[in-house]
Amino acid sequence: MQIANANRLTPYLFLAPAALVMAVALLYPIGYMIYASFLDWNPSQRIGEAEFVGLRNYIGLLNDDAFRESFFVTIKFAAVVVSLEMVLGVGLALLLDRNIRGMSVLRTLFILPMMIAPIVVGLMWRYMYHPSVGIFNRTLKSLGFEPIPWLSDGSWAFASVVIADVWQWTPFIFILSLAALQSLPQSAMEAARIDGATGWQQIVYIKLPLMMPVLIVTLLLRLIDAFKVLEVILVLTNGGPGLSTEILSLRISRTASEFRELGEAAAMSNYLLILLVILTFAMFAYNKAVEARTARLRKAAQEES
Amino acid sequence: MSTKTYDKQNPAFYALLVALVVMAVGPIVMMLTTSLKLNVDIMSDSSSLLFMPTIRNYETALCDFLWYEAPHIDYCDKTFGRALVNSLIIALVSTVITLVIGCMAAYALVRFRFMGRDTVSLSTLAMRMVPPAVLLVPVFGIWTFQFQIDGTRAGIILVYVAMNLPFVIWILQSFIVQVPIQLEEAARMDGAGPFKGFFLVVLPLIKPGLAAAAIFTFRVAWNEFLLANALADRNSRTVPVTIVNSITEFDIDWGVIMATGMLLAIPPIIFTFVASRQIITGMTAGAVKG
Repeated sequence: MQIANANRLTPYLFLAPAALVMAVALLYPIGYMIYASFLDWNPSQRIGEAEFVGLRNYIGLLNDDAFRESFFVTIKFAAVVVSLEMVLGVGLALLLDRNIRGMSVLRTLFILPMMIAPIVVGLMWRYMYHPSVGIFNRTLKSLGFEPIPWLSDGSWAFASVVIADVWQWTPFIFILSLAALQSLPQSAMEAARIDGATGWQQIVYIKLPLMMPVLIVTLLLRLIDAFKVLEVILVLTNGGPGLSTEILSLRISRTASEFRELGEAAAMSNYLLILLVILTFAMFAYNKAVEARTARLRKAAQEES
Repeated sequence: MSTKTYDKQNPAFYALLVALVVMAVGPIVMMLTTSLKLNVDIMSDSSSLLFMPTIRNYETALCDFLWYEAPHIDYCDKTFGRALVNSLIIALVSTVITLVIGCMAAYALVRFRFMGRDTVSLSTLAMRMVPPAVLLVPVFGIWTFQFQIDGTRAGIILVYVAMNLPFVIWILQSFIVQVPIQLEEAARMDGAGPFKGFFLVVLPLIKPGLAAAAIFTFRVAWNEFLLANALADRNSRTVPVTIVNSITEFDIDWGVIMATGMLLAIPPIIFTFVASRQIITGMTAGAVKG
């Protein structure tokens, strides 16, 4: 009897610590944040002392030019970065999907940028972008060109941040697409080769469509992460010059620590979260729709034959 | 592997490979060489490849661990040494805790069929969506006013464990599913209880998964800046926080800061070379297997 009891309790015992930690340190804070976004709250107050202001934080933010600007910068950054990385990563994977010696060494070297702390990545690039001792301007000068104001001019700063992110994260997409390529059914490729498809045709009509499910998930993961980038930009430009590189995460942390407006920062966090939720669901819905369509087509094809 | 034959490629292809490797590793090598230079060499206009390597910058950063007197240090700034100890403790402890409880949860979810795999991967994805910046405000408020564990290592460890759990549970699940249940039934026949069966039969079989999960957790805890910055006080600061603090100053001592950056980068680099296969497994498991 006792043993039966123990057995029934086991799964709960095994789950309990994880559930407890996640409830206390993940779900509770998120709920707390939603509540805090309706308050006028600064860090020296306890939350109970803060004044309830309803939707004022949210409406205030919508009318705040700086917030709108940084919302726009965030979306621009994510869109530019992710599309560049997808093109480069998938392109490299298609190019390097060959039977060559040392592929595993290559892959190891490529994941290095992702493993290193974002703070350190920012540090390295800040040094390379340095106006006088950085390698880029040194090379430009020795070739007789004008030095470029990498981090001190608005549009150059945005480009610099994008370059650093592309350097760090293209390997992620490369490795995922390479894994997808290498798990494709060999028979499909062989059939295409026998039918005389050129290399280009194989890529467009066979490889890319077959990789599509993986590519969509990769895109989604990368997109989510692109909205989380913070440390690299913090070290490189700290959002400046002006607001040219101030993405939302950075603005949240500055609103909380410099302007000491916790309620407003929480409302901002909620906007960011809502944006991410919408994106994720849109992607899922699209994925499901595509799957349903291919299933229907396949069924129709089978019925005909 | 040795019996495998390799295709011959044309030279342009190899040139491309070399260029890619240089691009991927170049910035890291540059950080390493800068950390081995004196400031005079960093600022000089001459070629950046010819210089006398020196470990002075490392001596400056790690001055409180030196067992000898370094002649060029007049004043020893202990901030970095202390931060390094904090970082090590926080990263190691949170990795161990996350693995232990994550493993148990993953096992329960698989063997006792609580929720489908879909539910778990969906919630993992949902949790992955939450940027650390979103946790900043509530975690600061709760830790300071309710739990009163701000400024302690335990407080930072708690956030890291919670942040990493969804991913760890999810990746370990995909490994535990592959362990044949017959093995456990056999152990039960021989009189092992559920706990024993788990620790002695299942755990040894999912070592690769544990390695992948451990590396990912350690990496997050070791590299994280934002929450550590909000929660830590002078005595519990981690390395990323001290690095950021020292670059906001007007005059940057590039040699020393590159040395600290290099020290922060070394553990992840070592992991990458030792366990690149596990890392790639961890990374691809998400997208390719679904």
